[in-house]
Amino acid sequence: MFSDILISGLVNSGVYALLALGFSLIFGVARIVNIAHTAFYMLAAYALYGLMVIGGMPLLLAIPLAVVAVVALSLVCYKLVIEPVRQHESAVLIATIALALIFQESLLVAFGGSFRGIPNAVEGVTSIIGVRVSYQRLIVLAVVAVTLVATWYLLNRTRLGLAIRTAANDQEIANLMGINVSRVAMYTIGISVALAAIAGVVVAPVFVVDPLMWLSPLVTMLAIVVLGGLGSLKGSVIGAFIIGYVEAITVFVVPSGSYLKGAVALSIMIVVLLFRPEGLFGVVFEEER
Amino acid sequence: MCRKLLLPVVAALGLAFSQGVWSQDIKFAILGPMAFVQGENHWAGAEMARDEINKAGGISVGGKKHMVEIIKIDTNEIQSVPDATNAMERAITRDKADFLIGGFRSEAVLAMQEVAMDYKKLFLGVGAAASKLGLNVEQNYDRYKYWFRAAPTKDVDLARTLFAVMGSVAAQIRTDLGKQVPKVAIVAEKTAWTEGLIKAAQANLPKMNMEVVGLWQPSAVATDVTAELSAIKRANADIVFTIISGPLGIVLGRQMGELELPAVAWGINVEAQKDGFWQATAGKGNYVSTLDTYAEVEVTPKTIPFVRAFKARFHKSPIYTAATYDAINQLKVAIEAVDSLDPEKLIPYIEKNEYVGTGAIATYDKRHDLVWAVGKTSGIAVEWQDGEKVPFWPPQTKGMRPFKLPKH
Repeated sequence: MFSDILISGLVNSGVYALLALGFSLIFGVARIVNIAHTAFYMLAAYALYGLMVIGGMPLLLAIPLAVVAVVALSLVCYKLVIEPVRQHESAVLIATIALALIFQESLLVAFGGSFRGIPNAVEGVTSIIGVRVSYQRLIVLAVVAVTLVATWYLLNRTRLGLAIRTAANDQEIANLMGINVSRVAMYTIGISVALAAIAGVVVAPVFVVDPLMWLSPLVTMLAIVVLGGLGSLKGSVIGAFIIGYVEAITVFVVPSGSYLKGAVALSIMIVVLLFRPEGLFGVVFEEER
Repeated sequence: MCRKLLLPVVAALGLAFSQGVWSQDIKFAILGPMAFVQGENHWAGAEMARDEINKAGGISVGGKKHMVEIIKIDTNEIQSVPDATNAMERAITRDKADFLIGGFRSEAVLAMQEVAMDYKKLFLGVGAAASKLGLNVEQNYDRYKYWFRAAPTKDVDLARTLFAVMGSVAAQIRTDLGKQVPKVAIVAEKTAWTEGLIKAAQANLPKMNMEVVGLWQPSAVATDVTAELSAIKRANADIVFTIISGPLGIVLGRQMGELELPAVAWGINVEAQKDGFWQATAGKGNYVSTLDTYAEVEVTPKTIPFVRAFKARFHKSPIYTAATYDAINQLKVAIEAVDSLDPEKLIPYIEKNEYVGTGAIATYDKRHDLVWAVGKTSGIAVEWQDGEKVPFWPPQTKGMRPFKLPKH
């Protein structure tokens, strides 16, 4: 059972980490609570479906195209919908909810409510410490690992990363240092949505594609970023692994209550917040201001 | 002169159109989640019934022929119960529907039933299985007598069919694999309608010489059940007994195939009833079997012609909500027999008379539920075999083919 939990938890945690990292990144830098984040994840999955299954495009071409198209759309949405109301956090929240619902309803009109499947990039299964894992899931793990390392490199070893971290730390100081915070926010939106889109295209062949697929990971992702500490990138990744493993343990320990895995994860988040209201790695709000 | 003649003609035509032509039609409101496959089939079945009836001259009432008009009412009930009751209200008050047909999600249909009963409108349910809908008729006949469940049978009767087929699958496992006590893993989505079926399975399967190795209840919208399937594999299950109506059915079918689980999935898996299941599982849904309504088998003499005509017109197989076709035709027969649109006259006729439809031979009990009988209202069982949905039960029905077990 231990090996089952180890492998199942690892795959789920990786996908959650990608989603939570992007969400946390844009919140940390631009204080944008982007509820449409998982809707971009859904759009990427549909874009891959459209390009690959309907359009017949090869997978290796369809994946980057889908990611680029979704990132481009997110930048347009940022300019048209988010930037004009950026100074009002509640307006941003509502605007991004509206965006997500528009995407959902548009997909419902375009593709209907049917569930769609995307073929695996590689067929077959292997056994790791006695647990059967499909090659597609191993690909998901590999992509997640590479993406997380690339994101770490971008943020810690490049000038853009330095600007992003500075803006995340203190926007006023970043402004005084000559950093164009608005432009950095836009770059961050692009990176953040790219992470969501990558998550969308890698899990699309593993999960089912449908116009409501953005809702379930949204709740989990919000739980992760609150658990890890709003705006903390390290916290998001660690929070993702905590929630991913708690879900896996719930399924194996209480099989007839496997539907409770989300509730158990949220309960752990609440317990952590009781002792550390700022989350595991978050900044205390008073201190931040 | 010409003007003098023209004026009365225009006036007469105006009068005819203002109160005549449309009001001559008999209006059937078709209620369903129209953006989803259940609603699409509600509408498609109704379209076929309308076109056939109108082509044959319409419905005779009081010595006059009336055309059938169908009104598409999107209930959006999968996403919102209040939307469904609003849609029902609209169908009755704004669209002035004479008859109400459809519904899918039990929670929504229970709410819609109340609205229809308030207005004393005949409502033929095509989709919801909750027993409560029929229980209402038994407990308060005067209020709820306007409700009939045209399809499917109620949840308790679905269980009877499930166990009948389960017995047949277990017998094949005993014969082919030599396992005298097949192991069963129950996988049910966590929703209200599955609770009775789970209890029934846990109570009945040991009596049928099967061992229940566990119950797994993922969320109805779970996108990943690999953890559950790993545990099921460790339990050495031979049969995965599914009680699933939502997307979980696709996830389960696909991931069972991906992990090459040496078990057969049998039960209710609504998504596996659809032609799109094979594509949605990316071709991994082999050996997934489910209760179903339509296939090219002779459930009734009308089944095969209907299924073929449906496929020819819509390029896909019908699912059980296409039984709106039967509901409209059943009402046509009743209307012509009593020569009235009055529900008070139609209800006794429907209660007393058998109707041979395309998916069932319908007779009603005191709850206005279909009377369950194998080969009449029990439905059929189908299994996905290499991209084809193959009907295999009841074996005595003409056109059934062998059930296959996965390689061990």
